[in-house]
Amino acid sequence: MRVPLSWLREYAPVGDDVDRLSETLDDLGLVVEGIERIGEGLGDVVVAEVREIAPIEGADRIRRVVVDDGHGPVDVVCGAWNFAVGDRVPLAPVGSVLPGGFAIGRRKLRGVESNGMLCSSRELALGEDHQGILVLGADGADERPRPGTPLLTALGLEPDVVFDVAVEANRPDALCVTGVARDLAARLRVPFALPEPPPLPSMADRAADGLVAVECPDLCPRFTARVLSGVVVGPSPRWLARRLERAGMRPINNVVDASNYVMLELGQPTHPYDRDRLVGGRLVVRRARAGERITTLDGVERVLGQAGPGLGDTGEDCVICDGSGAPVALGGIMGGASSEIGPDTRTVLLEAAYFAPLAVARTSKRLGLRTEASVRFERGCDPEGIDRAVARLCEVLSLSAGPQFAVEPVAVDVRGDVPKPQRVRVRTGRVNALLGTELGADDVSDALVPLGMAVERAEGDVLEVTVPTFRPDIRPAPHGEADIAEEVARTSGYARLPRTRPAWPQPGRLTDRQRERRRLREVAVGLGAFEVWTSAFATAAEHALGGAGVDAVEVTNPLVAAEDRLRTSLAPGLVGALRYNEERRSSGLRLFEVGSVFAAGSADDPRGVPVHTVERFALALAGVGDDAWSAVAAWRLTARALRVADWSIRHGVPGSPAPAPLHPFRSGVLSCPSPKGASVEVGVVGELHPEVAVSLGLRDGAGRAVRVGWLDLDLDVLLDPAAVARRSDQAAAVSRFPSSDVDLAFVVDDQVPAAAVRATLSEAGGEATESVTLFDVYRGPSVPDGTRSLAFRVRLCSQDHTLTDAELAERRSAMIAAVETDHGGSLR
Amino acid sequence: MTSPIDVDALVAEGSAALTAAATADEVRRVLTATLGKRSPLVAAHRSLGGLDADQRRVLGRRLEEAKQTLEALADERRRALEAAELEAALLAERLDLGEELPDRTCTPLSRGSLHLVTTTRDALEDTFVGMGFEVVEGPEVETDWYNFGALNIPPAHPARGMWDTFYLAVGEPETVLLRTHTSPVQVRLMEAAVAAGMVPIHAVMPGRCYRRDTPDARHLPVFHQVEGLVVDEGITFADLAGTIETFTTAYFGADIHSRLRPAYFPFTEPSAEFEVTCTICRGSGCRTCSGTGWIELGGCGMVDPAVFEAVGIDGEQWAGFAFGFGIDRCAQMRHQIADMRALVENDVRFLRQF
Repeated sequence: MRVPLSWLREYAPVGDDVDRLSETLDDLGLVVEGIERIGEGLGDVVVAEVREIAPIEGADRIRRVVVDDGHGPVDVVCGAWNFAVGDRVPLAPVGSVLPGGFAIGRRKLRGVESNGMLCSSRELALGEDHQGILVLGADGADERPRPGTPLLTALGLEPDVVFDVAVEANRPDALCVTGVARDLAARLRVPFALPEPPPLPSMADRAADGLVAVECPDLCPRFTARVLSGVVVGPSPRWLARRLERAGMRPINNVVDASNYVMLELGQPTHPYDRDRLVGGRLVVRRARAGERITTLDGVERVLGQAGPGLGDTGEDCVICDGSGAPVALGGIMGGASSEIGPDTRTVLLEAAYFAPLAVARTSKRLGLRTEASVRFERGCDPEGIDRAVARLCEVLSLSAGPQFAVEPVAVDVRGDVPKPQRVRVRTGRVNALLGTELGADDVSDALVPLGMAVERAEGDVLEVTVPTFRPDIRPAPHGEADIAEEVARTSGYARLPRTRPAWPQPGRLTDRQRERRRLREVAVGLGAFEVWTSAFATAAEHALGGAGVDAVEVTNPLVAAEDRLRTSLAPGLVGALRYNEERRSSGLRLFEVGSVFAAGSADDPRGVPVHTVERFALALAGVGDDAWSAVAAWRLTARALRVADWSIRHGVPGSPAPAPLHPFRSGVLSCPSPKGASVEVGVVGELHPEVAVSLGLRDGAGRAVRVGWLDLDLDVLLDPAAVARRSDQAAAVSRFPSSDVDLAFVVDDQVPAAAVRATLSEAGGEATESVTLFDVYRGPSVPDGTRSLAFRVRLCSQDHTLTDAELAERRSAMIAAVETDHGGSLR
Repeated sequence: MTSPIDVDALVAEGSAALTAAATADEVRRVLTATLGKRSPLVAAHRSLGGLDADQRRVLGRRLEEAKQTLEALADERRRALEAAELEAALLAERLDLGEELPDRTCTPLSRGSLHLVTTTRDALEDTFVGMGFEVVEGPEVETDWYNFGALNIPPAHPARGMWDTFYLAVGEPETVLLRTHTSPVQVRLMEAAVAAGMVPIHAVMPGRCYRRDTPDARHLPVFHQVEGLVVDEGITFADLAGTIETFTTAYFGADIHSRLRPAYFPFTEPSAEFEVTCTICRGSGCRTCSGTGWIELGGCGMVDPAVFEAVGIDGEQWAGFAFGFGIDRCAQMRHQIADMRALVENDVRFLRQF
């Protein structure tokens, strides 16, 4: 909303301190997004008459021009050619500073002295024209000004400031100059007065002479019409046209301009029809029929009555029709081309109505048609502001509509169920409790009255506030009490409210899960991995790459058409990030991500959302020499950092649903014991499928796939101490006696997992077992095909004595026997 | 009519050879022998010229069919063999992941880094924890009720236009969505607190949010917010302003301050936008802050009575304030990131700076 200061000051003496006004507007919640200063820097520019134009020797682009500035001849050098001797032009004399800070000095060009500058519209910040010098009075509309006249006087221009104010969606009352002035006046404690146009002949609350029929009072709760006769259509007075321009609207003709002027001044849109072009000279307001068409003033044909998406839009459009039943306007949004005001219009049928906000919002959204009128109606105009607006429009139009102009006594006011003034019971104590203030009832009252509210003292500190109909944002009691508190705070200024620091006995804290998640991330970073943030949306191809067995949740309105589902796995994003970096010659990376993946779920989800969301951690290890072993090591460190009590790997990966495309023989499913002893799966570990690596362009010198280690964990399980058991945090005494190592190598079938052998050794070693470490694996000619040699070092130690040779020998035999029995392994 | 060539026999012969082929290479060889330049089929094709038109048409069609049959068979066979070969190759490099040896352990070459959003979120969380807040999280997929309805934005409320929403094809249209802000966590938290009889609440709620905005230098369709909620006895707007100020100086530094100005949010009343001293020019005015010395950071206000009503909290006994702002925006301000999209490109040359 563009608000010229000169216009504001017609309703309230707000002063001219632009910075202070701008700050005040900000502080009222009417945020100033820009300030335009009109006529600034033009104070020294005068009108000059061209006396002589002479060429300059050796120059073909510039000429010497002698002008008369009212005090005598002045020589200037000028590069424009669009004027002749006798023309009146603007002269910026030496020493003046033009808009934008351009200082005019005395200069010499080709040996000719230039004592000023003749200016174009753009140089004066009066317009965009930079084709040539602004020639004054060239359009014949103005008398040619005398030389020496200040330019501002000659143009009838007063320097002005235009504030570009952003108005919040709940403040339709501030979408006009008087609305902004009212707020400012309330804050600045200066008087505010609305324009008081002379009253019009009274209106009848009936469909007088069949002038208007309203068939849909729910979409259009109030509709008034007046007949204006003897209208001569022509240009508006200059001051009015200029005001419209400053407020950002183009002047069209005196009738349309008067309508726009009143909308900008009072916030009430109106619509003038050429009555002679309305069949029957009358209007019918009704619902549009499905498929009905109208060509709006912008020349676009629009189809009406079709249900649309969102806002519960069932396709109800309010149309205004003429006597033939043909739509001539879209109610509250835009007029039709057929009854547009033209040069021959003599009789105007003036519509001023209150349209239901939601209906206008739906139609406007569905047709993609936002107008100055629709924006105001959909936020809520003042149903009681109509009469003043119509009277004001007639007053303004009478200035230019010719001597025959008359407001006919033929008038209609069809009134249905319009919003009534709200009454809100406001407890001063409650306002203070909300704001942290110590206001008295009178302070509250004083803050509200200048906003147009009527305040009565009830018992004690209670006020009965009657809210005017132009403030639809203020709700009835009890919620309205908070709305009123905001008005009190706004009028006194948020900055002037106290600030206190609340205190409470409860300590702040992170949850265990939040702390563990941080620790998990630190482990990955310690492994040299970079954390990435990839898209939560996936294409069909990405879905096939990771989490293919999971039903993806479809996005109804994706931003990118192909990214039409939520990711079911972190793999596509992580793989994409590897590829992105590979293409930019950053190879050998380790990357990880923590994020949500989504699957179609059931309606009985405990959180009441029919989509199953899981937080996962995925780590891709594509560094030099990385492979499944890197992933296993990464998991081992992770498990240790999270104090996971124990874990095991079941070889092979589930084909579906697999969280990532993994190598079938170099990967496994990770399981941990729960506190109750059951085994729970926490994720997968292993290697990316080589075909995926190849598709990523990750190949070695020989064209083979580079191995990419992969760790993919379900954090909803892993970080839940109720699901996964943690190591005890109770201290265990450290033995003071020396330990002994027993080295054992077994030839074991390839199908026997090394982890199983290790577990057997640990158990057979008894409580003296301190650690079991695999230190060598051998496959080759010295062992039978299909077997390998596994060499373990078992460290034994007793809490209460040094183990004797006999005890060690006994443990050794027990361990050998156990491996033979359980795994068919033979000591090598 | 006698055919100069027994097409059926050729097909049978070729099929047998393809079925017998034991490797993908062998399939290729058989195919060359059956359909290649010197094959009987091609020879027969060449001889078509000597036949009359009818014969030519009939035989020509049969030859074409034979060719297609054999090619399809070869294709299928080749695929099966290649899959088996891949399976065998993969099996040949099978690992027992229990055979992890000390020298197989990976050694990091250098330290990686946390994402800037993570470090920013952690720092914000730590600041708020220090101020006595708990950290609470909630789901990214939400229902219309939690994201809008309970927050005083009923269906068809024009204020919904303030958020461009991604809807999910689940249940009735436009009932399940990706949350457009972290505010639904407030609702869940208040509901849970009421159910457990555990009001008061002092919590911050960080998390990922989604809005259907075209990405640009200052907006991403997926972004992070942190939301704060205090519900306690005697909480006032002054407490809100004081809390914002404490946070601002604690997080941004002692010379960065905050101010509030009126704004509109359906779920708070009174509502405010909060601005902090421009971190670039420290308040003296620069291009980033359009010369004002202030940068808009987020929104806040007193919990609207309609929201309390929706979650079943007695607004006469309890009062509360809420605030929220962008984590990514904080990161952008603090690290002077010209274009927000750098945060999602995942270029390691960007990531490793932090």
